[in-house]
Amino acid sequence: MAKAERIEIIEKWCKGCEICVEFCPTGAIEMRDFKVAVKDLEKCTACMQCELRCPDFAIVIYKKDKE
Amino acid sequence: MSYDYAKYLRKGKLPHIWCAGCTYGIILKSLIRAIDGIGWAKDDIALVSGIGCASRLPGYVDFNTLHTTHGRSIGFATGVKLANPKLNVIALGGDGDMTAIGGNHFIHACRRNIDLTIFVFNNNIYGMTGAQYSPTTPKGAWATTSPYGMAENTFEITSLAIGSGASFVARTTAYHVAHCEKMMKEAFQHKGTSVVEIINACPTGFGRKNKFKTPASMLTWMKDSAVNIERAKNMSPEELVGKYTIGVLHKVDKPEYIETYDTTVGLKK
Amino acid sequence: MAKKVEFMMGNHAVAEGALYAGCRFFGGYPITPSTEVAERMAERLPQVGGRFIQMEDEIAAMASVIGASIAGAKSLTATSGPGLSLKQENIGYAMLCEIPVVIVDVMRGGPSTGMPTGPSQSDIMCAKWGTHGDHPAIAVTPASVQEQFDETVRAFNLAEKYRCPVFVLTDAIIGQMMEQLVIPEPGELEVIERPKPTCKPEEYLPFDMDKDFVPLAAFGSGYRYHITGLHHNSDGFPTNDPVLHTKNTIKIIERLDKNYDDIVKVEEFMTDDAEILVFAIGVSARSAKHAVVEARNVGIKAGLVRPLTIWPFPERHLDRILNKNKIKGIVVPEMNLGQMTFEVQRVAKGRCAVEGLYSLMLDPILPSEILEKIRRFV
Ligand SMILES: Cc1ncc(C[n+]2csc(CCOP(=O)(O)OP(=O)(O)O)c2C)c(N)n1
Ligand code: SF4
Ligand code: SF4
Ligand code: SF4
Repeated sequence: MAKAERIEIIEKWCKGCEICVEFCPTGAIEMRDFKVAVKDLEKCTACMQCELRCPDFAIVIYKKDKE
Repeated sequence: MSYDYAKYLRKGKLPHIWCAGCTYGIILKSLIRAIDGIGWAKDDIALVSGIGCASRLPGYVDFNTLHTTHGRSIGFATGVKLANPKLNVIALGGDGDMTAIGGNHFIHACRRNIDLTIFVFNNNIYGMTGAQYSPTTPKGAWATTSPYGMAENTFEITSLAIGSGASFVARTTAYHVAHCEKMMKEAFQHKGTSVVEIINACPTGFGRKNKFKTPASMLTWMKDSAVNIERAKNMSPEELVGKYTIGVLHKVDKPEYIETYDTTVGLKK
Repeated sequence: MAKKVEFMMGNHAVAEGALYAGCRFFGGYPITPSTEVAERMAERLPQVGGRFIQMEDEIAAMASVIGASIAGAKSLTATSGPGLSLKQENIGYAMLCEIPVVIVDVMRGGPSTGMPTGPSQSDIMCAKWGTHGDHPAIAVTPASVQEQFDETVRAFNLAEKYRCPVFVLTDAIIGQMMEQLVIPEPGELEVIERPKPTCKPEEYLPFDMDKDFVPLAAFGSGYRYHITGLHHNSDGFPTNDPVLHTKNTIKIIERLDKNYDDIVKVEEFMTDDAEILVFAIGVSARSAKHAVVEARNVGIKAGLVRPLTIWPFPERHLDRILNKNKIKGIVVPEMNLGQMTFEVQRVAKGRCAVEGLYSLMLDPILPSEILEKIRRFV
């Protein structure tokens, strides 16, 4: 069950370093044309590993409101 | 969104100049969260840096920011602090900036125990000038000026700080984002010279030529080789080979320089 | 009311002048023959609410005074040759970043460790060109203990008004000698306070290239901005644009030229009808004055041009006299091998002969030696 409502990717800031993808424990994101892209929002657990480690402010996770 | 950095970032300055996968951007975020966490007003912060990739950080944050000359940030910061002790003064720079050209200023700030927070961004290399060896490049490692492998010994930055008299010394890494934020906060709150060595990765200058295929692999190396100081206490020397400790390595209560000066000269009764 | 008169050492007079001008921070490193400035400041600053620090070297000392100035304190440092060389890195920073500070250089024999206790005037070019790149420079040149005080006050005023570092170029003799000093009453000498910005913080352009002067906001005063030693735009952030780099460099240099009359101070002694000039500063100017008087006593129409500002070079003053009078020759006595003479020749443009009188000996050039040179033009 996805815990993220939305994964925002600020493409103009993404430098394609792959850190977010490497540290994503669920495979919710992937690299596409040297930038990060959402692969499967459903898989995202909103663990924030990607957002915390992105050096470029380029990926932002919007958590779902508590159900 | 877990955290909104916009409040502290200067508008229109992103993307920053750092390379893809350079971990300095991660530290910038930790720094913002740490400052936000302790609630300092932006007007009351002076962020001073030297020259190098790390030293470009102040340009991105909305404080009183001073990008000085190579290695000299601590000298400038000392003047700022003495002229206005109410300011929270942070000096930061790379390992070359702080411990090679700025090494003398670094040890003397520690010796005085002046109330400055000093962050050393240690990426084991001179990033900005294109991968020359620094005082922290490991023995045998490749750099453009050690093409046969580094022959010099390294500085151990935290020992240098402790030996020079700093009253708060910690180590953290770019991988340990929450820990990094915590160490920064503790350093800010400590009265006296606080030094935090932050292990960073320069994938462009150091990583590629030293068997790290990706930026992420450098972060994984940090994760695997860092041992929390509390845990390290129960580990044998053999278990600690190839590891380094993270956490608060040294913390003592000791008179702060400006307070001592002020009472000594009669500025404060 | 009776004036406060003291018998004081030149270096102490610099310190007292600085305090009179409102200096509240000193960062230094000991070096002969300037150390008494630091010693006096160490004692006196706390008495007026200021702070003193002895840094680990002159590089850090220079950095600390720039930092203190940025945080709002009028700041002073003092040194001599070897220390001046070390300070040059950050002096360039203060020049590019338009930070007011006053640097006292008590000249001794160089290069290198040179003649630690020997007076000299050999840092004239080092003050102007010692740091790399094209840059503005102001240097004042006192010749008595009274002027050590007065010119230090003026140096602070110029630094604040023109937002730049200002040198007090003095020498081991003027710095070390004891002389009468009349201490001015508060308010007697003009003291310029640093202007504060009045615009909204969001609109503050600390390095506005289209204005000659922008007040420098103190860190902590609510104007948050960026200062960098990289070439920067009006807002203070780095730029690689060569057009802007050119524009800004020219601006910070030309604004001194534009204010030549305010900055450049020259004593003209018996120059009205002079046919032979002596051009001298500091201790050499004291001998030169005697020589001029002696020349007049024997009927030679000599006059003295004594700059109290050597940078910017007093070329308009010299030019005016050269155009007005029929000058046969200019004698330039200096305790170096011709640093000022070349500048005088440049301004004279062949209109008259220019004769240097150089000395690396540790005694001041004698009036008789200068008179001898004057006679040669008769
Ligand atoms: C006086 C001086 N010497 C040399 C340089 C060239 N230089 C610029 S940055 C740098 C080293 C940067 O390495 P480090 O301090 O480790 O920071 P990093 O770039 O790795 O963050 C050097 C040598 C300079 N700018 N100034
Ligand atoms: S929040 Fe966690 S699960 Fe979701 S994309 Fe980021 S790293 Fe993957
Ligand atoms: S970590 Fe950031 S910059 Fe790197 S690929 Fe992911 S989103 Fe892009
Ligand atoms: S050269 Fe190295 S330190 Fe500099 S920005 Fe690139 S990765 Fe970072």
